[in-house]
Amino acid sequence: MRFRTGLMAAAALAAAVAFATTGEAKTFRYATTGDILGLDPHINNEGPTNTMKGNIYGSLLHRKADLSLEPDLATEWKAVDDTHWRFKLRQGVKFSNGDPFTADDVIFSFKRQTQEASDMAFALSSVKDIKKISDYEIEIETKGPDPILLLNMPNFFIVDKKFMEENNAVEVVKGAGKTNWANLHANGTGPFMVKEWVQDNRLVLERNPNYWGKDKLETNVTEAIFTPIPNDATRVAALLSGEIDMMYPVPLQDVQRLESDPNVKVQQGPELRTIFLGMDQWRKESLDMPGSGKNPFLDVRVREAFAHAIDLKAIHRVVMRGASTPTGEMIAPGINGFQEDLNTPYKYDPALSKKLLKEAGYEKGFPVTFDCPNDRYVNDEAICTAIVPMLERIGIKVTLNAQTKSLHFNKIGSASGNNTSFYMLGWTPGSYDAYNVLQNIMTMDGAGQGAWNCGRYSNPKVEQLTDQIAVTVDEKKRNEMIHEAFKIHKDDVGHIPLHQQALAWGYRSDKVAKIIQRPFNDVDLRYVTMK
Amino acid sequence: MFAFIVQRLFQAVLVMLVVGLISFALFRFTGDPVNNMLGQEATIEQRQALREKLGLNDPVPMQFFKFLVNASQGEFGLSYRVGKPVEELIATALPATLELVFVSALMALLIGVPMGVYTGLKRHAPLSRMFLTVSLVGVSLPTFVIGILMILVFGVWLGWLPTFGRQGLVDLGFWETGLLTLKGWSFLIMPAFTLALFQLTLIMRLVRAEMLEVLRTDYIKFAKARGLRNRAINYGHALKNTLVPVITIMGLQVGSLLAFSIITETVFAWPGMGRLFLDSIRFVDIPIMSCYLMLMAFFFVIINLSVDLLYYAVDPRLRAETLGGAAH
Repeated sequence: MRFRTGLMAAAALAAAVAFATTGEAKTFRYATTGDILGLDPHINNEGPTNTMKGNIYGSLLHRKADLSLEPDLATEWKAVDDTHWRFKLRQGVKFSNGDPFTADDVIFSFKRQTQEASDMAFALSSVKDIKKISDYEIEIETKGPDPILLLNMPNFFIVDKKFMEENNAVEVVKGAGKTNWANLHANGTGPFMVKEWVQDNRLVLERNPNYWGKDKLETNVTEAIFTPIPNDATRVAALLSGEIDMMYPVPLQDVQRLESDPNVKVQQGPELRTIFLGMDQWRKESLDMPGSGKNPFLDVRVREAFAHAIDLKAIHRVVMRGASTPTGEMIAPGINGFQEDLNTPYKYDPALSKKLLKEAGYEKGFPVTFDCPNDRYVNDEAICTAIVPMLERIGIKVTLNAQTKSLHFNKIGSASGNNTSFYMLGWTPGSYDAYNVLQNIMTMDGAGQGAWNCGRYSNPKVEQLTDQIAVTVDEKKRNEMIHEAFKIHKDDVGHIPLHQQALAWGYRSDKVAKIIQRPFNDVDLRYVTMK
Repeated sequence: MFAFIVQRLFQAVLVMLVVGLISFALFRFTGDPVNNMLGQEATIEQRQALREKLGLNDPVPMQFFKFLVNASQGEFGLSYRVGKPVEELIATALPATLELVFVSALMALLIGVPMGVYTGLKRHAPLSRMFLTVSLVGVSLPTFVIGILMILVFGVWLGWLPTFGRQGLVDLGFWETGLLTLKGWSFLIMPAFTLALFQLTLIMRLVRAEMLEVLRTDYIKFAKARGLRNRAINYGHALKNTLVPVITIMGLQVGSLLAFSIITETVFAWPGMGRLFLDSIRFVDIPIMSCYLMLMAFFFVIINLSVDLLYYAVDPRLRAETLGGAAH
C-alpha cells in the first residue's frame, strides 16, 4: 500500500512537471457522422479524412480559416518562369518520430502521391517533376503554365521517406491487395500525432512534441478524441449530456433546441459546396418520353422555364430553415474566380415559365423523373420534394426518385452512362478554384473533363475558354475568361444552382472558448481553443 | 446423436451457400462502391480501372465463385472502406455484439420468466395488471424510440449513464470485454435493456399463457390432490412444462437479437457487428457485407442446433423416444 501511494505521488509529480512545461492539459472531445477512411494521406480523397490528415501531416502551404495560404513547410516561394517554381523549405523541422525533414521527403512524397492508386494525385496533376536544389530548396516544374499551383499545395501532404521505406509502405494500396502500414500508422510534421485509433470507435490525437510551430499555435488543446456517432439524435444527446465538447453537423431541426441550452452554442456559417440541379442535354430522346423522339431539355427555353419555376426563397425559408444561401452561380463566395454580379438567382416567375414552355411547344408539360439523393446533402430529399409541386404548377409531371447516395451517384454517373434526365448534385471544388468546376461539371470534350457533368452540358465557347483558363497565368485575364464562361453557362441555363448549405456546429460553451469555422465541414484543431 | 449433429452442420454449410448466393445477387442493388472509394476528382478512366481491378465487371455467379474460392482458403479480402482485412474488422466488432446480445438475452430471461410466472399465478393482482400494461409498451414501441427515450432520460436529464459508445474494456488477449468493470457495465446497460425489452415482454406473455394452460391440466389437479406444496407444483411441475416453447422462442429470438442489434448499435454508437454492417451497406463494402451475412447464417444454424439439443435436456419424453428407438 505504501508502495502504491509512493507510485501515485511520483506519477502526480511527473504530471505536475508535464503541466508546468506545456500548460494545463486540455482534452477536446468531438464527434461527427462517420470515421475517417484511413491515415495514409495519399490513398483517399474524402472530406473528413482530408481534414484529419491536415491535423497530422504538414504540407508546403497551409490553408488558413479565411482560405488564404500561409507558409507551412515552405517558408518562401516564387515563380522562376511560367513553368518553374522555387520553394525554400523550413529548416530544423522534425517528423513526430524525430526524423529530420529535408527536400528528399518532398520529392518522395511527390512520387508517392502521384502513383496511380492515389486519389490525391489530382492535386499534383499539373506537376511534371520536382527537383532538389539543396537539402532545403526544391524546384517544381509544371507541365504547362499552372495558375493555381499554389492553391493545390495544401493538398500535397508530406510524408517521411525513411519511415515509409523502413515499413515497406512506399506503394499506395487502394481497394484490393494488401493492406498498407501507412494507412494504420501516421508520422507527420503537423501539430498533432495519433495516439490511438480504433476503427469506428475513437481516434485519439495528442500534441506532436516535435511540431516546428508549437510556440505559435493558437490552440491550447493537448489531446483530442474524435468519435464517430452515426445517429443524429445520439450525437445531439451526447453533446447535451456533456460527454462530448463539440459535434457536427447539427441537424437543422435541432438547432433551436440546442440553442435553448445555456451551455451549448450553435455556430452557423456558409459552406463552399453549391447544390444544383442538372438536366439531360445530350440525348435525342428523353428517357421519360420513349417513342416521342423528343428531349425537351435540348431547348434552352425549357431549361429557363425550370429555372424560373423554382422558388429558392421558399426552399431557403421552409426546407432549410434559413440555414442556406440561395445562389445564382455554380461556385460559392470564397472560391477563386467567384463573381458577385453572376450570383443573383434566376427570378422566381412561374407565369414566365409557363410562357416559355408554351413558346417551346410544351404547353401541356411533359413527364420527367427527378433523381435525388436522400442521405448526402442537408435535407436533400426534402428539397427535391419541395421542388416537385413547384414544377407541377407549370405543368411538368415529375416522378421523384430519391435514393441512397451509392445508388444515386451510380445512376447519374458516367459508369451507367449518365442514366438520368433531371438530377441533383452538390460540388465543392477541391482546389478552391473555378477551373475545377469548369473542368468537372461544365465541360465535356477534353481528357479528364466532364467527370460529373451528368447532363453533358457542352458549349463550344465554354469548352474553348476552359482550355485557355487552364494555362493562363495572368490573374486579371484569367478572371475575365472565367467570368465569360460562367456568364455563357448561366445564359444557357446549363445547370440550375440552388444554394450553399450552411454549416451548423454545436459546442459546449462551458468547455470550449472558441472554434474558428472554415467554410467546409471540418475541424482544423489549430483553431480550437478550450476554456 | 452424433449423426444428428453432423447432419445439422452439413445443413449449415448449405444454408450459408444459399445465403451467400442470394446476397451476392442483391449486392448490385446497393449501388457502386467505386464512387464511394474514389474521391470526386477521380477521372472516368480511374473509376473504370478500379472497377476492373475489384472484379465488379464480372458476372454475379463469377464474383460469388471467386469469393467462395478465396473464403475456403481463409481469404476474405480487404474492406473497401478502410482497407483492413475483413476478418480483423469482424473480430474487433464481434465481442461487442455478442456481449450485448448475451446480456440482453439474459435480461429477457431473468426478468421475463419470473414476471410471466407471477402474472400467471396471480392473474388478478394489481401488480400483474401493471406488468401487462407496461409490457404493451415494450411490444408496441420500436427499438430506436425506446433507445432514444432512454438516452434522453438517463443520459441527458438525469446524467446517470453515458449516452454512446463502449468503454471500460479489459483486454483478455483474444477478447476485449466490457463485463469486468463497472464502467463497462454503465455503457452496456442501456443498449442491452433497449434490445431486451421486446424479448422480455414476449417471454413474459408467453410464460404467462403457458402457465395458465398448464395449471388447468389434470396432473396439476392430481398434484394438488396429493397435497404437494404450491411451491413444488408451480415450479417443479408447471414451470418446467412451460419451458419447451420458451426455449424454442428464445432460441429464435437470440437470432433476432443479433439482427435487431443493428438498430440498437446505431442508436447507441455501439461499435459492434450491426453498426459495421450498416456502415458497410452505406459504403457498398461488399467484402464485409458478404462475410457478415454468411456469419449470421452460420449463427442461426448453430442456434437452432443448440435449441434442438436443449429439448433433449428439458423434455424427458424426447430422450425416452430416442432410447426406445434404439432398442428396436
